[in-house]
Amino acid sequence: MRKALKIVVLAKQVPDTRNVGKDAMKADGTVNRAALPAIFNPEDLNALEQALRLKDKFEGTTIEILTMGPPRAAEIIREGLFRGTDGGVLLTDRKFAGADTLATSYALACAIRKIRPDLIIAGRQAIDGDTAQVGPQVAEKMGWPQVTYAEEIANFDGKELTIKRRLEHGVETVACPLPMVVTVNGSAPDCRPRHAKLLMKYKHAKTVTEARELQEDPYLSLRESRGLTITEWGVADVDADAEQLGLSGSPTKVKKIENVVFQAKEAKLLTAADGDIDSLMKELIESHTLG
Amino acid sequence: MANFFNDNTDFQYHLNHPMMKKIVELRERAFRDAATCDYAPVNHQDAIDSYNQVLSVLGEICGDVIAPNAESVDHEGPTVVNDHVVYARGTQENHDALKQAGLYGISLPRRYGGLNFPLVCFVMSNEMVARGDVGFENIWGLQDCAETLNEFASDEIKQEFLPRVCNEGATCAMDLTEPDAGSDLQAVMLKAHWDDAKQTWLLNGVKRFITNGDGDISLVLARSEEGTSDARGLSMFVYDRRHMAVKVRRIENKMGIKGSPTCELVFTNAPAQLVGDRKMGLIKYVMALMNAARLGIGAQSTGLSEAAYREGLKYARERFQFGKAIIEFPAVYELLANMKSRLHASRAMLYETTRFVEIYKTYETIAKERKLEPEERNEMKFYARLADAFTPMLKLFSSEYCNSVAYDSLQIHGGSGYMKDYAVERLYRDARITNIYEGTSQLQVVAAIRHVTTGTYLTQIMAYEGMEYCGEVEHLHRELIEMRKEYETVVAAVVEKADNDYIDFHARRMVEMAGHIVLGYLLVTQACEEDEYRRSAEVYIKDGRAENRKRAEYIHSSDPKDLELLKMSVSATTV
Repeated sequence: MRKALKIVVLAKQVPDTRNVGKDAMKADGTVNRAALPAIFNPEDLNALEQALRLKDKFEGTTIEILTMGPPRAAEIIREGLFRGTDGGVLLTDRKFAGADTLATSYALACAIRKIRPDLIIAGRQAIDGDTAQVGPQVAEKMGWPQVTYAEEIANFDGKELTIKRRLEHGVETVACPLPMVVTVNGSAPDCRPRHAKLLMKYKHAKTVTEARELQEDPYLSLRESRGLTITEWGVADVDADAEQLGLSGSPTKVKKIENVVFQAKEAKLLTAADGDIDSLMKELIESHTLG
Repeated sequence: MANFFNDNTDFQYHLNHPMMKKIVELRERAFRDAATCDYAPVNHQDAIDSYNQVLSVLGEICGDVIAPNAESVDHEGPTVVNDHVVYARGTQENHDALKQAGLYGISLPRRYGGLNFPLVCFVMSNEMVARGDVGFENIWGLQDCAETLNEFASDEIKQEFLPRVCNEGATCAMDLTEPDAGSDLQAVMLKAHWDDAKQTWLLNGVKRFITNGDGDISLVLARSEEGTSDARGLSMFVYDRRHMAVKVRRIENKMGIKGSPTCELVFTNAPAQLVGDRKMGLIKYVMALMNAARLGIGAQSTGLSEAAYREGLKYARERFQFGKAIIEFPAVYELLANMKSRLHASRAMLYETTRFVEIYKTYETIAKERKLEPEERNEMKFYARLADAFTPMLKLFSSEYCNSVAYDSLQIHGGSGYMKDYAVERLYRDARITNIYEGTSQLQVVAAIRHVTTGTYLTQIMAYEGMEYCGEVEHLHRELIEMRKEYETVVAAVVEKADNDYIDFHARRMVEMAGHIVLGYLLVTQACEEDEYRRSAEVYIKDGRAENRKRAEYIHSSDPKDLELLKMSVSATTV
């Protein structure tokens, strides 16, 4: 039986919110993207590693990264190529801008219908929005089953994937037929490092937009001879309904943004005396934290 | 989230050194690989950019994988299971990460799957790996053996072994030392005999103190000529671990570099292939291997100094006593300033030596493809001589300096540094082998002294002296000229006695005097680039000047009779 898979990995370029300085937030409470370096969303890297492992195991498997964002998000496609993907598509168009999760998953689903993969793997959530909605929404739009919180894609028998899920109280192993969507947890293995030879091969890969913006382009002929053009799709390329895209396709309305700073003072100091422990137990039971 | 390449601007200085233009040009031969290989650079800028990007991947692995593993590797160490080595968990992880990133074979030719990077980049990789874990650098750095195969082995042997290094991360070992053949390798006994029936060489005997002795590919020095007892009876062989004919009898329990397995090996009819010509094992191939290994120790020592300096600096900034950070106290910042200047001096010497080695070696390789032009031959000879003079000096200075930097760093930590809670305790133990293996400091002096007496060092010092320096370091230049004059007087005074024992007696002092001047000049060259280097040059030359005066004073006040005094003071009749 042929076990080659056609995989699309959904990945997002995000501001690095893990090491934030003072200027991470703007006065209006929104993220100051200019002050934070743009990185490959961490859990999408976990997803990519799962895809690469399938490619290692099942000959003929191909991986494409699908990402939506501004022209500079082409970096995400290159990062994939450096690690062993076969290519990717950057969805970029002013009409995609301002999308919430619904409009994003609509745009992605339109592109996926064009690529026609067997399997979609995505990170559980992105560190800028933390919604964990895009993966599941894509599954719904495609009408495919989904397995969330995946930690390991353990097996593929030609029809079904066996997947280990990391849940709050343990691990659950499930089997699911293709085509399907898997979203991967941060507890899954880290992504492999960039490969030296792939890095040198693909470092010149660029989208048409990127190439156009270069002052001078000494590697133009190299890109042509080595086939290093990254695919870029706009709205017209994915047959999308403009109404369902970008701001107009986004029902989410931000009511208020609050800057929450955790206070160490909220901790409660207890002694090891029986009385203290007893009252804590009662408090936890009453608040339904326990039991 | 540490990156040992990006957090160290010295690498940029050396990657952009004026000599790199020539080095890349020689290495890439008009960028001819670009037509057939999709990862080969198309021009100089493209090549430098590739070095930067790939070394950055390596720097990330060093910072995020190798360094965090160092402590557990030091505690666990390797073990012997069924006569073979099992690495510590962290060691295996380090190796796997580097392999996965396609970094093995970094300076091997592309036709074997290598990256064809200049030696300068391989040395940088050694330095960064050592900063992460000194012991692991041995396993990574033993790619030197693959370089030696590339230099001397037949095409068949190269085709058989080199792609395994590049594509599978096969590790190497060089099996030289035996129980009765340490510094004196002429005494090697392990026997090689040609088996007519099996049509192969077979090795029998014991090797000791073999770093990564259970590696996939071993270069073995063995006695192929029956009835001989000196260097002329020794040949070099390559042994493939897959034959499973060598047992690891034990792993040494060492003071430091605990992750690096130091093996005692028993060869029992182990099939092996001859490398190069018979009888040239020690005379030619081991000498080449040793020179490469000494450069490797230079890199290892510099990486260790970098790690130890950073640990000392961090602690001195964080530790408060008497109401302020201890770095505010002159006794502490003086230590740190000297540590930093020695670190910078080691690194300057490391890359200067590497550039010399690189140029003459590349010419040697080119000479196998075509006849060299007369000026190319001259250039090759010129750099070969400089490399020969600088390699032992580098090994001597960088290894002694990393010991002093680790010692001072531990001192800054006070009682805490003596505890296993701080990395400096490990670094201090790791440092102690660097001035012993691959030739002790005393043996480096033996190799270096002829360049004192024949004037190689002086000629090179004069060349540095004749270079143009910016106005800000004019006073340092004058200082170095005074030091050179003092050195010449001292050397003349010793050589004039026409007594070889007397030259040996003062050899280290003279080599070190030359070294302080050479390293001083290298720092002055860098000083015009950046204030940080200028300060290091000031600190280093101030100290070097005093060190040289001390040596000059000792030499001028001594006499060949002093040797008698020293000998008598430890003679058989005294304890």
